[in-house]
Amino acid sequence: MKETLIIAGFGGQGVLSMGKILAYSGVMQDYEVTWMPSYGPEMRGGTANVTVILSDRKISSPIAHEFDTAIILNQQSMEKFEPMVKPGGVLIYDTNGITRHPVRTDIAVYSIDATAECARMGQSKLFNTMILGGYLKICPVVAMENVMIGLKKSLPERAWKMLPANEEAIRHGGEIIRKIR
Amino acid sequence: MAEKEVKLMKGNEVIAHAAIRYGCDGYFGYPITPQSEVMETLMELKPWETTGMVVLQAESEVSSINMLYGGAATGKRVMTSSSSPGISLMSEGLSYLAGAELPCLIINCQRGGPGLGTIQPSQGDYFQATKGGGHGDYHLIVLAPNSVQEMHDHVAEAFDLAFKYRNPAMILADGAIGQMMEKVVLAPQRPRKTDEETRAEARAWAAYGKPADRERNIVTSLELQSEKMEIINQRLQEKYRTMEELEVRYEAIECDDAEYVIVAFGSSARICSATVEMARAEGLRVGLLRPITLYPFPKKQIAELAARGVKGFLSAELNAGQMVEDVRLAVNGKAPVEHYGRQGGMLFNPDEVLAALKEKLIKK
Amino acid sequence: MAEVEIKAENRVYAKPRLMLDNTMHYCPGCSHGTVHKLIAEVIDELGLADRTIGISPVGCSVFAYNYIDIDWMEAAHGRALAVATAAKRLNPDRMVFTYQGDGDLSAIGTAESIHAAARGENVVAIYINNAIYGMTGGQMAPTTLLGMKTATTPYGRDPRLNGYPYKIAEMMAHLDGATYITRQSVHKPANVRKCKAAIKKAFQHAMDGQGFSLVEVVSTCNSGWKLSPVAANEWLEQHMLPYYPLGDIKDVKLDPTR
Repeated sequence: MKETLIIAGFGGQGVLSMGKILAYSGVMQDYEVTWMPSYGPEMRGGTANVTVILSDRKISSPIAHEFDTAIILNQQSMEKFEPMVKPGGVLIYDTNGITRHPVRTDIAVYSIDATAECARMGQSKLFNTMILGGYLKICPVVAMENVMIGLKKSLPERAWKMLPANEEAIRHGGEIIRKIR
Repeated sequence: MAEKEVKLMKGNEVIAHAAIRYGCDGYFGYPITPQSEVMETLMELKPWETTGMVVLQAESEVSSINMLYGGAATGKRVMTSSSSPGISLMSEGLSYLAGAELPCLIINCQRGGPGLGTIQPSQGDYFQATKGGGHGDYHLIVLAPNSVQEMHDHVAEAFDLAFKYRNPAMILADGAIGQMMEKVVLAPQRPRKTDEETRAEARAWAAYGKPADRERNIVTSLELQSEKMEIINQRLQEKYRTMEELEVRYEAIECDDAEYVIVAFGSSARICSATVEMARAEGLRVGLLRPITLYPFPKKQIAELAARGVKGFLSAELNAGQMVEDVRLAVNGKAPVEHYGRQGGMLFNPDEVLAALKEKLIKK
Repeated sequence: MAEVEIKAENRVYAKPRLMLDNTMHYCPGCSHGTVHKLIAEVIDELGLADRTIGISPVGCSVFAYNYIDIDWMEAAHGRALAVATAAKRLNPDRMVFTYQGDGDLSAIGTAESIHAAARGENVVAIYINNAIYGMTGGQMAPTTLLGMKTATTPYGRDPRLNGYPYKIAEMMAHLDGATYITRQSVHKPANVRKCKAAIKKAFQHAMDGQGFSLVEVVSTCNSGWKLSPVAANEWLEQHMLPYYPLGDIKDVKLDPTR
């Protein structure tokens, strides 16, 4: 098993922490994991992305030039990372703010309207776990029980009161993701 | 399912944990991207309340490195961390530390230069780290980790080597290793040495206050009499030769039957290990020689590979070609040695390195 | 010469116990020797000989470590107070002092000096201000007076060309961490006695954890000034002291509730 994933969007969308939850979940499942972020001024409102690799073998390179899955959360990231999904791979995107939708036909494309759903619920902080839930529905790379432990481990203790809401968001994300092609 | 005691941490964070657990006495630093998490993590962990470790944010890298001088001169285990431009500012202090033979640990989480350059990963400071950087004939002990676990392990190893040789040691990492999170197993907490233990160990040389029963100690790099200064230099060179004899560390991956060998360190070695896998899948006999100590450099091991009949060496580095000079010196004309690199904060991909290997060496 | 035994009641002066017999490299008439002696006396009188770490600078007093029988560190030019900061923080039971000239403390080392003072490090800086760079052959210092001739101001210091002198003691007095700032001299016996009292107070201040102390000593450099020792003392009084007036500039206790 080896899953090479990129999550890309705006700084502030929880891109890096989504990757961290997934990485911790992988640790709980005894996988080798790497979490490689973009960093610097990008973190402050610009684009942010993180490459997460989960594998049952030692991970040679934490840097990837093609991805099994891309989770794309803004237009710049669509331009940059759609071409880098492996043929037969998966692209998941939130349609909010996307002006040019994915064009590739050799990959599976899913959309998840988490921005809109979170706005409807008045719960913008659940955005990244909802996206994660959608991803895990399509690519169940880690068992849900390990995701819940990973979620807890990656949150500071003061945020643990938010755990039930996030667990629910993960489940709900699985319900609202839909296949485009 | 039981929760496992494996941590997921950034390379920079793990440096802080490793330092505390090693029993480090003091950290002195100045923030710079991409390594600021080292001091941030230390400040959050508040080791002064547990082990008694001192953590101080200095006003500059110039000050930080001279704080290392003052701490190390009393026999204490002290460290700093920075990134390329900050290490340039420390170069004066590094020369003094080497000249006064003071053990300490410096971490360079490299970013691309020259000048302010970029904050993205680079290996452009290889020359600076291994050939001196400051003025005069001296060497740092230089370790190059290629994973978060090695970032952790090298803290203890670098301190041990620094004290074994009374010489500053550097961990030459980069933004990729510093910012990446991986699984890591932390060492158990060692008790920090007491003042009495430290002073007893360093009694022969450290300036911690002269007891009545010994001569005064003077920590200095100064000697105005040329005849004496030459002897000091010769003694330093003797020490460096001993390091070269005893302290070379490296990893050889698939080198036994290799026709072509990639030489790479740190994060680029990590990437090149995937290149080796790709090459082997194509039936190409490619190996990877990863220097773990950049100084002392594994020149003997590379010379042996050349003597065994390796057809070509590719030095893959995130710079314009620095380590390749040491590889060439080691190979000494017995086989072609080429360089492949990216600069400016760009990383290479495993397939890029394989393409370069084919183009520069295999096709010829 | 035969040793002459002097009865204790007849003894009016003795070489300080901690002064070593090494021949001083300082020029005759230089203030450094006097200040060294005062430091040696103070360390001995406070019973700190086995607990004191001296930090010598780059400049004429680079070899200060040859003269006082304590542990020493020789710092890079200007960095003495950064060196002192770590030595003291890692060894809080020790007395840590730096001995620096005007170039070391107030030119190349200004940042290190100001920030050690601002942090309130419990160390003492002895600051020898003779308005010239003696070691390198008499060039301009940041404290060189206007009109004063040096190797790099051969026609006299001109503020349009060379800028103005400055008083780092007064600057440091504005810093909360700097609690004892004083300016002394050693050009007359009475001043020597006052200077010694100031150094002793500063050392006690540091050992009591009362923050940063600076003892500036307005000094002569008769070689650099190209004057005889006696004329240099007179010149100091006539020209240096009006610009660098003697006395305590700041003497406060740290807030115990800080």
